[in-house]
Amino acid sequence: MTFQLPSLNYGYEALEPHIDGTTMTIHHTKHHNTYVTKMNAAVGACPELGSMDLLTLNQKIGTSEIPADQMTNVRNNGGGHWNHSFFWTVLAPPSSTNGPSSELKAAIDGAFGSMDEMKSKFNAAAAGRFGSGWAWLGVEEGGKLTITSTANQDNPLMANVVDQACIPVLGLDVWEHAYYLKYQNKRPEYIQNFWSVVNWEAVNGYYAEATQGKAPKL
Amino acid sequence: MSTMRANIAKGGTMKVAKGVRGVRSVRAKASAVPLPDLPYDYGALEPYISGDIMKLHHQMHHGTYVKNFNGLLEKQADFEQKGDYASLISIQQAIKFNGGGHVNHSIFWKNMCPKSDYAPPSGALGKKIDETFGSLEALETKMSAMAAGVQGSGWGWLAYDPAKDNIFVTTTSNQDPLVTQGNYVPLLGVDVWEHAYYLQYKNKRPDYLSNFFEVVNWKDVEERYNAAT
Repeated sequence: MTFQLPSLNYGYEALEPHIDGTTMTIHHTKHHNTYVTKMNAAVGACPELGSMDLLTLNQKIGTSEIPADQMTNVRNNGGGHWNHSFFWTVLAPPSSTNGPSSELKAAIDGAFGSMDEMKSKFNAAAAGRFGSGWAWLGVEEGGKLTITSTANQDNPLMANVVDQACIPVLGLDVWEHAYYLKYQNKRPEYIQNFWSVVNWEAVNGYYAEATQGKAPKL
Repeated sequence: MSTMRANIAKGGTMKVAKGVRGVRSVRAKASAVPLPDLPYDYGALEPYISGDIMKLHHQMHHGTYVKNFNGLLEKQADFEQKGDYASLISIQQAIKFNGGGHVNHSIFWKNMCPKSDYAPPSGALGKKIDETFGSLEALETKMSAMAAGVQGSGWGWLAYDPAKDNIFVTTTSNQDPLVTQGNYVPLLGVDVWEHAYYLQYKNKRPDYLSNFFEVVNWKDVEERYNAAT
């Protein structure tokens, strides 16, 4: 299987002023593209990796189904490729963002008390992730919503290596490359702005699938 | 000298008469760590590392580590004084992040100098580099490769191992000080957190690294090596 850089559903400038066009361009064409290239190189060097799709590769991190000498490679690059592919789909131009479905809103209220409390907790997870990583809203086994963060290119699908496994329904990249050109050290301001470009339609869909135990179909 | 003072000076115990109040215990206070100044102006490393980066990096990133570290040191002193060891332990991760950030960046600023002051390594360190790596160029190639390969945030290091009397290159993640890897002495560090280069080099970390080596203050690195050996 050959991995491919997915296209965005919107132009690079479309998330302005919240996320700038230059960042989107470099983030997509350089950072994400590098993960794709390296993942393909890994398959070239270790063909048995090619028998697993991207989701499976992520889910099998930390298990013997991935050759030990490829584990770090797949974790970084397979993780990076999945994470960014997912990320582009949960973003949308500010004019087209709608809101959570009634089912998702009820789940958010149930799990966190309110939308604001959920955002507060998510923001804290995103701001508090030291170094590089991601913040996630996801569905745990049992159907409950949870918020977690992961380091580097880990994600909560990697059940064997993360603190809190869950099916992601929303994620935010907090690597410095995701915000530094516009926000510099001001990560909390970036996080605040993120909420203006969340593609709730996609998140609603991921939530519906996640409650069935299904991971996002990218 | 009074008998009592002479006694203490000899290392003996102080006999206090009954009814005399002992010294009132003073609340443990951590002394505030200052943000060290750079040994050069913000623009002094141009064009290799931009003045914009140096200013943000020093004032906002290092400055924040120092501010947070000071707050944590006060909390730690307070917990220790109260005997609340569970709480003291709970803040150690944050101390590692922020204190480590302070330790690492303090070394980093001194490890660099304006290009006009640049001189390659000489003396004992120069010899050790040639013996170990073959040449300065070979060291730079190896250290750049390792630093470029750091996943996420971290540092590249040229380190000294006193037990083996050798120098080697390694990396640490996030703000872990080198000593968390072993009893090693940091000689030269390169920050590969994206904030260290992104405004100027964007995703091109290898370009940043080759430019970094143009402004290494080898005199400072030699001093560290000489102090350790």
